[in-house]
Amino acid sequence: MPKIHLPTPLRPYAEGAASVEVSGSTVSEALEGLVVRHDGLRRHLYDEKGRLRSYVNIYKNDEDVRYLQQEATSLVQGDALSIVPSIAGGTAEAADPSTLSNEEIRRYARHLIMPEVGLDGQKKLKAARVLAVGAGGLGSPLALYLVAAGVGTLGLVDFDVVDDSNLQRQILFGTGDVGRPKLASAAARLKDLNPNVRIVAHEERLTSANALSIFRDFDIVADGTDNFPTRYLVNDACVLTGKPNVYASIFRFEGQASVFWAEKGPCYRCLYAEPPPPGLVPSCAEGGVLGILPGLLGVIQATETIKLILGNGEPLIGRLLLVDALTMRFRELKLRKNPACVLCGPNPTVTKLIDYEAFCGVSSEEPRPEPGMPPADALVSSPAMFGRIPAVTVEDLKAMRDRGDAFVLVDVREEREWAISDLADSVKIPLGTLPQNLEKLSREDEIVVYCRSGARSGNAVQFLRQAGYEKAKNLAGGINRWAERIDPSLPRY
Amino acid sequence: MIALPAAVLKDIREHGRASYPEECCGALLGALRDGVARVEEAQRMENASPQRRERRFEIEPRAYLCIERRAEELGWTVLGFYHSHPDHPAAPSAYDREQALPFLHYVIVAVEGGRPGEATSWILSEDRGVFEPEELLLEAPGSV
Repeated sequence: MPKIHLPTPLRPYAEGAASVEVSGSTVSEALEGLVVRHDGLRRHLYDEKGRLRSYVNIYKNDEDVRYLQQEATSLVQGDALSIVPSIAGGTAEAADPSTLSNEEIRRYARHLIMPEVGLDGQKKLKAARVLAVGAGGLGSPLALYLVAAGVGTLGLVDFDVVDDSNLQRQILFGTGDVGRPKLASAAARLKDLNPNVRIVAHEERLTSANALSIFRDFDIVADGTDNFPTRYLVNDACVLTGKPNVYASIFRFEGQASVFWAEKGPCYRCLYAEPPPPGLVPSCAEGGVLGILPGLLGVIQATETIKLILGNGEPLIGRLLLVDALTMRFRELKLRKNPACVLCGPNPTVTKLIDYEAFCGVSSEEPRPEPGMPPADALVSSPAMFGRIPAVTVEDLKAMRDRGDAFVLVDVREEREWAISDLADSVKIPLGTLPQNLEKLSREDEIVVYCRSGARSGNAVQFLRQAGYEKAKNLAGGINRWAERIDPSLPRY
Repeated sequence: MIALPAAVLKDIREHGRASYPEECCGALLGALRDGVARVEEAQRMENASPQRRERRFEIEPRAYLCIERRAEELGWTVLGFYHSHPDHPAAPSAYDREQALPFLHYVIVAVEGGRPGEATSWILSEDRGVFEPEELLLEAPGSV
C-alpha cells in the first residue's frame, strides 16, 4: 500500500491527516484512490478538465514523477508519494491589462454595461497612462475621476505642500493634510479610492530639463497649471513628444478648455503665439477663482482624457470651449492650426525646450503657489532675478518704520482687499488707478509699494520709475510676507 | 484572521525593500490557535521564478518540502506565504489567485519605489473563485 504525503494546506480535506495510505499500482491509481476517499481534495488537485493543476507536483520518494513515467509511474509496496505544491504568484501585469479581476468587474460594473465602454474600453482605461501636471484645483477632480474610472497609471507632477487656501477648491485634500506634501496626501487619497491604479509621483518642479523624460512614460498629458511659463512648457513638450495635451484654464467665474494635439489639430501656440505681457493677465492667486470652477473644468479635462483613451466621441481638438459660470453659458470657438506656428508648423524654429520664464518675461518677485513652479522663496532669494526691480524686505520696512524714516508707503491692492489685512498709514492707490493718481506722490520721496504678494507692486514700481519716481521700491513678498515674518496677527490670504 | 508579531512584519518589509525591484517571497511558520493563524517566524525563501522576478515569484517544490519539514521539527505548521508587490498595491492579482492553495494565508506587502508600504493578508475562497481579505493583527512584542 503506497503512502501519500499531503502538504499542510490540503490536510484539512483529509481530516487533518499528514499522510494517507491508498491502494494502487501507479501514480494515477493512487491519486484516484485518494480523491475517492477524500472528495474535497479533487478540486484542488485537478482542474475542470480532470488534469492535475499546474501547481501540483508529485514526487515518488525523492523524484519528480514528471521525470519518470509521469502519472503512469508504477508504485510498489513501501513507495512514498508526496504531493508538493509550487508556491507562486505575482503582480498583475501593468503592461498586460488583458484581464480584469472579479473585484475590478464589480467596481466598473456601470462602465461595463455601457456600449461606449464595455469590457474592451475598460481594458483600454486600465492600459492607459495619463500624466496630470499640477495637483491643484484642476488636478484634483481630474485625478479623482480618472482614478475612479480605472485609468491604470496616473502620474502627478507637483512639489508643493497643502495650504489652507487650497481647500476651497482642491478637493483631493482635507484639513488634516494642511502642511503635508501634496503628492503624499494625493497618493494616499487616490490609492484609497482605487488600489488597482498605479500612482507615479514626480515630486519636483516641471522644467525644460526634465519634462521630456517625464512625458515619455505617458500617453496623454493633462495640463492643470496656472501660469504661462509652465503652460508653454507643457505645450511644447507635448508637441515634441507627440502627445495630446488636454488643456484647461480658469479665472474667477470663467474657464476655457481644449485638446491640443499637433498631429491632429492646433497646439497652444497656434492659439496664443506669444504670452501676454507680464502682469496683464492676473493669476488665480492674484485675482481669485470661484472654488467650483476648477471642478467644472477639471471634470471636462477628465472627460476629454477618457474619450481619447476610449477612442470614442468627438474630442475638443480644434475647438476652444469657453465656460462662463456667472451666466452659465458654454460657447465654442473654432481653432485652426497656424501654418506659421513656430512649433508645430511645417517650418518650426522651436525644436527643443527653451527658457520659459524668460520667454514669458516673468517678474521675479511673483511668488508662485501654482503647481509646477518653484516656491516663492526660491525665486526671491535668487539674487540674479531679484536685482531687476529695486526692493526692500519686510525686515527693512520694519526697521524704517521703527527708526521713523521719512518715506511714503503705497498700497496698490483693490479696495476689497483692504478689509482683509492692512498696513497703517499707507496711501491707497489701486494699481489700475495709479496713472491718474501720480500727483498724490512726490518724485522727491522715498516710496515703498506693496500689494498682496509683491507682483502687482513690482509692476507699480516699474511704472513709477519710468515716470521719474526713482526712489520707488517694491516690498518683496507683499503684505503676506509682512504677516508671516513681522506681524503674525495679520491674516495671510 | 492572521496575527503577526511586529518584528516579523518588520522582517518581511525589510525583505521587500532589499529585493526591490524584484518580488521577494517567504514562508510563514506558526500555529493555528482558536481559529487565528499565529505566525511565529517568517522564513525568507528564494524567488526561483526563471523570468521576470519583478512581476513573478515562485518557490521550488523542494524548497517547499524543506520548509514543511523545518516547521514540523519546530512543532509548527506552514501557515502560508508572503510576497511583495513592487510598485503595485498590496492586493492579489488574478495570477495570485490561480496559483493559490486553499487554507494557506497569503500576506502581500506593497513596495512603492523601494519603500515598503501597506501589508494585507488573503485567503482563497472554498470555491477558488475569489481571494478574501482577512484581518491582519499586529502583535506588539511581549503580547500573547
